[in-house]
Amino acid sequence: MEKLTIAGKSFSSRLFLGTGKFRSNELMEQAIRTSGSEMVTVAMKRIDLENPEDDMLRHITHESIQLLPNTSGVRDAEEAVFAAQMAREAFGTNWLKLEIHPDPRYLLPDSIETLKATEKLVKLGFVVLPYCQADPVLCKRLEEAGAATVMPLGAPIGTNRGLRTKDFLQIIIEQAGVPVVVDAGIGSPSHAAEAMELGASAVLVNTAIAIAADPVRMANAFRQAVEAGREAYEAGLGSVSANFEANASSPLTAFLQ
Amino acid sequence: MFSEVLEKIDWDATTEAIYAKSDADVRRALAKNHLDVEDFMALISPAAEPYLETMAQLSYRYTRERFGNTMQIFIPLYITNSCTNSCVYCGFHVSNPMKRTILTEEEMVNEYKAIKKLGPFENLLIVTGENPVKAGVPYIARSLDLARPYFSNLKIEVMPLSVEEYEELTHHGMNGVICFQETYHKANYNIYHPRGMKSNFEWRVNGFDRMGQAGVHSIGMGVLVGLEKEWRTDITMMAYHLRYLQKHYWKTKYSFNFPRMRPSENGGFQPNVVMSDRELAQVTFATRIFDHDVDISYSTRESASFRNHMARLGVTTMSAESKTDPGGYYSYPQALEQFHVSDERKTGEVAAALRALGIEPVWKDWDQSFDELTCRK
Repeated sequence: MEKLTIAGKSFSSRLFLGTGKFRSNELMEQAIRTSGSEMVTVAMKRIDLENPEDDMLRHITHESIQLLPNTSGVRDAEEAVFAAQMAREAFGTNWLKLEIHPDPRYLLPDSIETLKATEKLVKLGFVVLPYCQADPVLCKRLEEAGAATVMPLGAPIGTNRGLRTKDFLQIIIEQAGVPVVVDAGIGSPSHAAEAMELGASAVLVNTAIAIAADPVRMANAFRQAVEAGREAYEAGLGSVSANFEANASSPLTAFLQ
Repeated sequence: MFSEVLEKIDWDATTEAIYAKSDADVRRALAKNHLDVEDFMALISPAAEPYLETMAQLSYRYTRERFGNTMQIFIPLYITNSCTNSCVYCGFHVSNPMKRTILTEEEMVNEYKAIKKLGPFENLLIVTGENPVKAGVPYIARSLDLARPYFSNLKIEVMPLSVEEYEELTHHGMNGVICFQETYHKANYNIYHPRGMKSNFEWRVNGFDRMGQAGVHSIGMGVLVGLEKEWRTDITMMAYHLRYLQKHYWKTKYSFNFPRMRPSENGGFQPNVVMSDRELAQVTFATRIFDHDVDISYSTRESASFRNHMARLGVTTMSAESKTDPGGYYSYPQALEQFHVSDERKTGEVAAALRALGIEPVWKDWDQSFDELTCRK
């Protein structure tokens, strides 16, 4: 399996994990370890930034893991840029998952503010991974602004509904010059495998693992699904298109013989 | 303003509609993903009683999907029980000959420090009575300033304010407001709130619009169950109110509270209706099915046992170890309580009980850096 490279750093695992919603920090840690994930996002609002012994952070920090603080909670670009600078100082990393969702119900990303904040943060030296709509034009604009990846959503956060935006994700993947990480909505290992088969560079999963009856085994299932999906993509999927299934009784090209 | 919307919703017709809901109405509501207020009425109606278990299962599922296995924890702090209102059901009403306390700055800080010793609280709810002269907006602003070094999220539960006053308080780090409408029955509202500033129904019910206009991040709503015999109708009005607010102030997060009154043992105001555990559970499930995202908050008015059982079934915020008398954390008991606390467990016990249920207590879910720019304005 090819390694994934983001901003010059290489990753063996293509499964990124979120850390909300777990029933304990211990269980979260076990799930992270089992998943093999090397990129784990954490909401800065959940962490006591002044406390180096913060319980949640303690259970995430590991030498093999790139910590990816996120700005969940901010409502516009200005707040995001300010919070990002706090996060950089507190977490000691310039990697950032940019999340600007002013709508607290569906947590849908604000495309305009996300683009503005990406432009500013890149100039300030951040490695920006923006959570965004599955909008191919927006993704190109984010890329041009210097985003290290784009993270389009499959479905609204926490809904486990799968790749509802599949048609757009395919265009994004086809056009992207940066890694495409499918974020939000992935509710089962089959969804993750599907995203990887489409050619996504990675997937980010949180709710599906955190609220599973056995989060650790579910993390393992996702690990396998992401590997299988990626392996299938790299192996070159055989044609499954209905385009090739038509065997007309009166061929349209018979006249060419 | 919501008062104009409310005027067009007939109370009696709504009550009749709730009781006319049929089995088919309930089943249709349960099958939907996006429910309207009519569906909500079906789910809180007597017709839904046979579906309580199904509703609990759905509520459990939706809550876990949206909130995960977590519970937000907060603590209320009464900084004054001085009040010029005369709410007939309230222990703090103006003609009650009790000793009134308005905490000094030093006493406030003592409270903050005492709270931090109880547990790792980061969500503080500052509560006052209504006394704009002695404990008005500058006093509340000062309490926020002094609280900021200790807590990352500050909410207030005070008298309704103007847009400018709410805005002013956001500059002092306030990012949430809780205000109970008590009842949406306008005529009876005036019976329960005969004098004082609270007797102005419109000012109170439109306060939520003013919070939204001021950009308050989080708004808590509540009907005081025990005032109106037809509490289902009252809660339905709150559901209409929620939908109205969500459309107009879409960046704000909303929470529902269902404070219910118990029969008073030592005389005083007797509730007009007592809501059973079963009924409160039904309303809680119905709320979660109606709106997957609305925060549902249970205070220590509810018993430890009931709170434990409901913790997985729709409730997403809880208080712990609350004292409802000003100064109660630093040195208690001194002043009189506003209402009797039923769940008297220590913070650590509440947290341990949640963990035993497979729920992680979340103390911090906000960062002060998010408020910093607003505070500098």
